[in-house]
Amino acid sequence: MLLKKFAFATALTLAAFATQAQAQEPRHGGTIRFTAPYGASFVSNDSHVSNQIQDEIYGYALHGMLYRWDAKAGKPELELAKSVSVSPDGLTYTFKLRDDALFHNGRKMTADDIIWSYNRIMDGSKNYPGARYVARIKGATEVQKGQAKEISGLKKIDDFTLEMTMTDKVNPGFLFYSATTAILPAKEAQQPGFFDKPIGLGPFKFVEHVPGSRMVFEKWEKYYKAGKPYADKLVIVPMGEAAARDVAFRNKEIDVSILGSSQYVAYKADPNLSKGLLEVAEVFTRNMGMNPTFKPFSDKRVRQAINYAIDSDLIIKRLVRDKAYRAVSWLPLSVPAFDKNAKPYAYDPEKAKKLLAEAGYPDGFEFEWTATPNESWGIPIVEATIPMLAKVGIKVKVKPVETSALGGVIAKGDFQAYIWSNTSGPDALTQLKCFYSATPRSSCNYTTFKNAAYDKLIDEASAENDPDKQLAILRKANAMLQDEAPVWFFNYNKAVMAYQPWLHGLQPNATELALQRYEDLWVDASSPAAK
Amino acid sequence: MLPYVFRRLLQAIPILLAVAALIFVLFSVIPGDFATSQMADGRTNVDAETIARMNEQFGLNKPLPERLAKYIGGLATFDLGDSFRTRQPVTALIGERLWPSLQLAIAAMLFAVVVGVPLGFLAALRPGSWVDMLSMVFAVSGLSLPMFWLGLLLMYAFALTLGWFPSFGYGDGDPRYIVLPAVALGVSPLALLARTARAAVLEVMHADFIRTARAKGSGSYRVLRWHVLRNALVIVLTTLGLQFGSVLGQAVVVEKLFAWPGLGSLLVDSVTWRDIPVVQGCILTIVLFFLVVNIAVDVLCAVVDPRIKYS
Repeated sequence: MLLKKFAFATALTLAAFATQAQAQEPRHGGTIRFTAPYGASFVSNDSHVSNQIQDEIYGYALHGMLYRWDAKAGKPELELAKSVSVSPDGLTYTFKLRDDALFHNGRKMTADDIIWSYNRIMDGSKNYPGARYVARIKGATEVQKGQAKEISGLKKIDDFTLEMTMTDKVNPGFLFYSATTAILPAKEAQQPGFFDKPIGLGPFKFVEHVPGSRMVFEKWEKYYKAGKPYADKLVIVPMGEAAARDVAFRNKEIDVSILGSSQYVAYKADPNLSKGLLEVAEVFTRNMGMNPTFKPFSDKRVRQAINYAIDSDLIIKRLVRDKAYRAVSWLPLSVPAFDKNAKPYAYDPEKAKKLLAEAGYPDGFEFEWTATPNESWGIPIVEATIPMLAKVGIKVKVKPVETSALGGVIAKGDFQAYIWSNTSGPDALTQLKCFYSATPRSSCNYTTFKNAAYDKLIDEASAENDPDKQLAILRKANAMLQDEAPVWFFNYNKAVMAYQPWLHGLQPNATELALQRYEDLWVDASSPAAK
Repeated sequence: MLPYVFRRLLQAIPILLAVAALIFVLFSVIPGDFATSQMADGRTNVDAETIARMNEQFGLNKPLPERLAKYIGGLATFDLGDSFRTRQPVTALIGERLWPSLQLAIAAMLFAVVVGVPLGFLAALRPGSWVDMLSMVFAVSGLSLPMFWLGLLLMYAFALTLGWFPSFGYGDGDPRYIVLPAVALGVSPLALLARTARAAVLEVMHADFIRTARAKGSGSYRVLRWHVLRNALVIVLTTLGLQFGSVLGQAVVVEKLFAWPGLGSLLVDSVTWRDIPVVQGCILTIVLFFLVVNIAVDVLCAVVDPRIKYS
């Protein structure tokens, strides 16, 4: 009897496992209904034109790039090349390109298409946003300035071998994975009307774009990854309004939604919705930049005092509703150079007062803080810090500014302090170079940080060929930055995506959670759009 | 009539030019520009060299009067310039968004007229009755409800709870998609039309010529049909014209909320990214629509009321 019971229980367990395994097997067919949450429309059918994530979201469906971002490994991987070799000086990369990558008209991609696409991006009269990446190839800026017709650092060895010489030691993987550097078909893209119905190398073919409403794609049958994509159709809807996305998601009209902090709380509290939340520490550091031309901020002790005076954890908990990770220094959690043992500034008003007194401000001082209305890194946060800073004698005068005008204000240096959310990855070296003294303010050294010892570390890291040694140097530089405190290190963004139970294969992309590899996504039979 | 219409259209030209100049100057003086607005996402760095190149590409490095003159000159040939963001002609961008916006505006006004005008007339015919009270409560609520909030409420009630309509999108000719945005957009003009219709009917009903008509023995229906409603209609039509003209501008909020692909969503994104040629083009289109609708209403008033002469 006991044996029978055991056998029955075992059979049930095995059946359950078998069902589960079957459920996890990717299913072909159906429609993925994705949302693009950063605006009411897409900018253009031409992925080279727009630098906005909104357009990158459809670019990942339509196009192939030389590299792709591997969200799980947290690093770039080859996409349109099978292998790459690097010259001993670390400047020249030789790519063996895929010979099975077909454009959506069936034509095979060759090295000519890559060379043409990168040359197009460097057209100085067009100011394509991808130019800042391609500019790292030798001879690219000459094309941009009209001094050369072709990028000298790009050389076709044969149809499927491409040589790329860089201006400096940089991993091209960090440069060529975004859709602003998409590979277009050289001949076809020059035909009139090409961008009315563009073709690319991506897993999905363009079907239609109803501006302000949707972009529709269908499966590319000859995609170079066997058996992918899984879904037959992909519909991407631009939905900038969080409340509208919320209704549409709850109404099962869309498969994913990026959540704001108030929705995050509601979704976490809901027993059903909480089961479908994907969270990731995105490579964004929210911070208060301090302008050293404003006398108090030229003193490191004052900058440190501000970091000690603000109870960041409390603000994250109460105002940001835990939709953020406490910042330690500049580099975020998701980059390998982040030091997991490092501790953030503690909330210590007494220490802040002491530091201020040492710096010659025993009674504090007043400063003007430029901020946008953003709920996660704008005026609401500034307002929360006011009483904390007042406790140590620092008075704050808020200077409101529109979100789209903030960058201009900062680039001009027209501020005493600002609060912003800045990209801080995925390439640690590139991001830490933002605090290199030779980097101009408009190129990302917004606080015009200058420190000879820090510069030396960055120089060492740039010259280092051994990745592990480079990582160790970058960690040191990041720790030095924490000590120097050019900014108030507030938090790293916790991006949250709500997804329906029938959608599978989502990736925790720390560069931007809304960017997904659609070829890996699939919907099971329970989706309303499963057929 | 035709000379009048022609004269009104001619009068619209200086208004359009003044609006164009005003928007141009306003967006030139407020903080922020297209090049540096690229930095707003916190991930894009636009160095000084790129800013200079962009400003040159779009002619933003030229003096304001020169740019304004070029823009006004372009208007004469219906050239609204190219979008900074998409690099496409503004007329093409507006062209592809205009029809959805007009569809929404027409649907909203149809809803407002079909419900609002009879409601106002009914309220006026039974002043002080429960119909009057109810319609006026509805009218006041409709006028005071924020459109965004109302839209969300409709979404929750009719899409999420009852499942009668989709909560967003344009659809492919499926009329269910337009219902919720049209109602959200139409409630405010509906309320105004109901109030206006009520006030107009009440005013006409107390006029001397109504008393005279009744004294001459005209039946109630005849008085109502030929004297009251016809006279009240002129006032309602004028309000309708003003509302119809402005509904395209009001649609900005509703279009964004319901992901409706009209001018409003284009305008919102363009303002965010300081795409000034598109902002100017959208506003000019909305102003032009307002002017044309009001000229059409004036003509219609003359048809309804033969006493009105346009010479």
